[in-house]
Amino acid sequence: MTLQDVIERLDLKVLTQPANFSKVTPTGGYTSDLLSCVMAGAKKGAVWITLQAHLNIVAVAALLEMSAIIITENAQPEAATLNKANEEGVVLLATELPSFEVIGRLWEMGLR
Amino acid sequence: MRTDKELRRVVTDADAQNISRVEELSYELKVADVMARNVQTVTPDMQMIEVLELFRRTRISGAPVISNGKMIGIVSMEDLVRAMERGNTHARVRSYMTADVTTMHSYDSVVTALETFARTGVGRFPVVDETDQLVGILTKGDITSGTLKALQEDYQEEEVRRYRASHLFEDIVSDRTSLILRYHIKPRDYVHGGQASSYIKRALLRLGANAQLARRCGIAIYEAEMNLIIHTTLGGVIWVEIESNQISMATIDDGPGIADVTLARKAGWSTATADVREMGFGAGMGLKNIERCVDEMTIESKVGEGTRLDMKILLLPEESFRETS
Repeated sequence: MTLQDVIERLDLKVLTQPANFSKVTPTGGYTSDLLSCVMAGAKKGAVWITLQAHLNIVAVAALLEMSAIIITENAQPEAATLNKANEEGVVLLATELPSFEVIGRLWEMGLR
Repeated sequence: MRTDKELRRVVTDADAQNISRVEELSYELKVADVMARNVQTVTPDMQMIEVLELFRRTRISGAPVISNGKMIGIVSMEDLVRAMERGNTHARVRSYMTADVTTMHSYDSVVTALETFARTGVGRFPVVDETDQLVGILTKGDITSGTLKALQEDYQEEEVRRYRASHLFEDIVSDRTSLILRYHIKPRDYVHGGQASSYIKRALLRLGANAQLARRCGIAIYEAEMNLIIHTTLGGVIWVEIESNQISMATIDDGPGIADVTLARKAGWSTATADVREMGFGAGMGLKNIERCVDEMTIESKVGEGTRLDMKILLLPEESFRETS
């Protein structure tokens, strides 16, 4: 399953600049709104599902080389966050769905 | 008729200097490298209104028509417009599709594809593999984004090669060589939070560290960096000393200091304020994360004076900064 499939199936909004998401294959997923938990638990290439939308999520995702951040419940990142994400090559996706539902759907799609 | 060879001009050494990387890439890249995969297809019996719905939902403007596993045509936005003009939105795809489809091969070069686009004026081509199976679809937009992506990868590779410093410890002879990095961290500077750790991680990769090692250092330093930003009165310094067999890292600040270091090291214990916690910090896991990533961690602290956090990673023989010759 590619990131493109995830974007299409969950109808996610791509907040950062477009790229060839069909060449990105998420290796798994992780969810937490506590950054240190993410630091401890998320694997390289994972998608991170969170309510946090502030600048520091970009640093975490870049350090861990995650494939994307899915920001849930319509939380809106600021322009500075988007700029930083584009600079660092971090993919930001958004949805109005709550985290629980996003995770459920990803699990159903086979992301483990 | 001219052959392919005659079409392409003879390149002299002087010309070769001027050939852009994009031109070169258009020969190197294959259609398979840039095409869109996971092609949306339609059946000849679908109604045009359903095609419209599919296009709208998946944000595409054309789709191959498949019947019994074989591609029998292609339907595009223009066909939809024709059907709508005549008020035939419930007509079947088979009556509006283009049946005579030109395909491209996945192993064709991008330059061949560009020539085909220019020659035919067609907007999109289904792509088939050696066994004539449909494997993708190609638009000019795909070529543009695919070439840009390749250019970017190129650039990164070049950058890594140019800045690779893994020979540093080999080239410089001394009894003990080390490289010291220092970063000044300002209090409450959340905007730059993680910047120093990301620079350090990049430096280690340039020095030839493996990804796992760079990640361990990155995580440990990130937590220490955020502690300086969240907790210190006047900020602090991150200090990293890289040697061929070990990495020593420290953060040094001058206050406020930790009242009970043993308690601070316990998972879940935190002095962070509510607004910091709202941002997802202050889970009381930072020092635990550091401990997990490094081989040695010590904290010295005195309230009113400051804190010094020392972290050390000992490199395994295969991780050490030496070129394997």
